[in-house]
Amino acid sequence: MSIDSVFVHKMWNDNELSKMVDGGVPFPMLSDASGKIGRLYGVFNEEAGVENRGRFIIDPDGIIQGYEVLMPPVGRNFNETIRQLQAFQHVRKSKGTEATPAGWKPGKPTLKPGPDLVGNVWKEWQTKMAFED
Amino acid sequence: MAEKMAVGCTRPGGGPVDETQNLTEKPETDPNSTPKEIKPMIQVGQKAPDFSAPGYQQGKFIDVKLSNYFGKWVLLCLYPGDFTFV
Repeated sequence: MSIDSVFVHKMWNDNELSKMVDGGVPFPMLSDASGKIGRLYGVFNEEAGVENRGRFIIDPDGIIQGYEVLMPPVGRNFNETIRQLQAFQHVRKSKGTEATPAGWKPGKPTLKPGPDLVGNVWKEWQTKMAFED
Repeated sequence: MAEKMAVGCTRPGGGPVDETQNLTEKPETDPNSTPKEIKPMIQVGQKAPDFSAPGYQQGKFIDVKLSNYFGKWVLLCLYPGDFTFV
């Protein structure tokens, strides 16, 4: 979503993005020409008159589980977004019985919070795991 | 999910579905103070404010309403503008 019109979205997709991604952008490219939605989400940059790089993870109940906002010149890390999405999906599937420690990725051990884990996280998780690929 | 949108010569615009989701603070008790507009950052754990917006997808102009996607995981990404390089 940006402040561009749907016509500009079409031009951008058809003339540039489709040369970077086979078949073009698969998801809806939305137009927020007035900036109203950006303001509603707290990411409209009033000085520049554009949206900042806001990214929201919304769960199936419509609840915002996480967000990230960057100023325009720095791009996002999409792997990190996918990692967070997978972690939130895992936690939801466990109905909140599991939590994902720093650096968690699918296949890595989770933590099961409870009385026995208090003071014992060091037995289950090492600091280096936060930095592993 | 999304309805086909009629295209005319106006610039299509979207907005909040519920206009009462406004960001205006209630007037304070001090009679000399004027109501201030506040822009609180959205909070995690809160319901995503619903909106509708025109969109372009795979050769079609469409009208998208966020709440029509509830039931699935949604990634909502905003960015400064088309053709802006990053």
